[in-house]
Amino acid sequence: MSNQSVLFDAPGPRAKILYGIVGTVGVLILLGFAAIVIIALGNPDNSQWAADKWLTLLKPVTWTAYLLPGLWATLSAAVVSIVLAGVLGLLLGLGRLSSITIVNRVCGVLVEFLRAVPVLVMMLFAYYVAIFALGIYGPTATFFGVVTGLTLYNGSVIAELLRSGVESLPKGQREASMAVGMTHTQTLISVLLPQAVTAMLPSLVSQLIVVVKDTALGYMISYSELLRKAQTFATPNANLIPTLMVVAVMFIIINFSLSLLANRLERRLRRSRKGPRVVVTADAVADPTTEPATK
Amino acid sequence: MDLIDGMATLLSRYDVLAAFWMTVKLTFVAAIGSLLIGTIVAILRVAPVGVLQAFGTVYVHAIRNTPLTLIVFFCAFGFMNTMGWSIASPESPTSIADNNFWFGVIGLSIYHAAFVAEALRSGINTVPTGQAEAARAIGLSFMPALANVILPQAFRGAIAPLGTTLIALTKNTTVLATIGVAELSYIMSGMLEFNISLLFAIFVLIALAFVILTLPMGFFFTWLSRRLVVAR
Repeated sequence: MSNQSVLFDAPGPRAKILYGIVGTVGVLILLGFAAIVIIALGNPDNSQWAADKWLTLLKPVTWTAYLLPGLWATLSAAVVSIVLAGVLGLLLGLGRLSSITIVNRVCGVLVEFLRAVPVLVMMLFAYYVAIFALGIYGPTATFFGVVTGLTLYNGSVIAELLRSGVESLPKGQREASMAVGMTHTQTLISVLLPQAVTAMLPSLVSQLIVVVKDTALGYMISYSELLRKAQTFATPNANLIPTLMVVAVMFIIINFSLSLLANRLERRLRRSRKGPRVVVTADAVADPTTEPATK
Repeated sequence: MDLIDGMATLLSRYDVLAAFWMTVKLTFVAAIGSLLIGTIVAILRVAPVGVLQAFGTVYVHAIRNTPLTLIVFFCAFGFMNTMGWSIASPESPTSIADNNFWFGVIGLSIYHAAFVAEALRSGINTVPTGQAEAARAIGLSFMPALANVILPQAFRGAIAPLGTTLIALTKNTTVLATIGVAELSYIMSGMLEFNISLLFAIFVLIALAFVILTLPMGFFFTWLSRRLVVAR
């Protein structure tokens, strides 16, 4: 039921009046919620709507010293993580598709484990490994912690994407390459993988959104990403709420553009004649029913 | 055996069980909250009234693209500190911890509601058009058709993505460590600070706690979605 307008008829005169009433009441309720929040934020002791709290956000130094470096830290950690996660995902994914049982099993358990543990737990662990075992300190250690945590988790997600990408290819592809005498590995590397990787491009971009959002967890290990920078800026100015609003808008703009990009890629792949016929969306992996049991 | 000894030491020194229970509580309460908000948002998104549809769409896009940490900050620092709202009674000795808990739950619910709404919408998409047409043909209007015909089937079709959301929610309760709710990752960062020599044991202990929680959930939802799938 992709066309949801089948849920209701074209409104007649009575339904139109009813819809009008429901719409008005709905808008009034929403405006009521908004008004409660806006009034509460403007409470006289510490009004967040005071002009000076917002004007400091317009000063160039706010952006050059806090928000832009924070944004850079967020984006650089995200990009490094998604690249490394791609590499790790490729290795784990190949491992899971391997015909050698032991490699297959080990990679399967590893992927399930990495997917079950929260990113923050892995970040904390990696951060303390950096300090305690590797002897790295300061910003390098926090960057290492954030990137390692994100890489481990997203690598396992990408491995699953890769596997479902390969498994969703038409059976004829594998059979044809076997028929011309390719080995299992040759089939995988030169026939199945290129198609699977193209098919999963849109979901890789969607995964980048998850990575960008999760860099904010770096706050916990005091990585100076956007959120921590925003808080450092806001504390002396006592304008945390306005700053958080600006930061939220920044995140929404970045991630929304990424999701538009992912949608466009997906549409293009679906249209393309020569490309693979299947497109792996994140739902294919998110849906446990499509996954064969691992144990 | 070092690992086992280390974990035993940690278990004797820290109240890991209480933290584990806190994670379970957070997951349970926030799951109910996000299911409620998410269902409302999903209904708004398919409603015949344009304004409500627009609100549902904006809600889902805005919330899904904002980091959970930021939403939790809004709830904790905005509602609690700036607006001075309080859910727990101020006289209670644990009022600060209780407030952190409840505002954390609100943040978790608001965030995951967007994912629940999307899961339900995909569930609605699995319901054949004929069901809605038949409902209209026997004279049901929008809300009765939705409540009696479409949604019950949509929920059954959406079990798998809802399960994924619940697992994500379980893992995301760790974000509440940033506002000081004493759940597993909060106690983990406390352990790490004072017992760095037990680094590996700490990680394995906390990771195991999450594996214990999320792995059965995954199996349960796979089983449930197979069992409840609407035969067509």
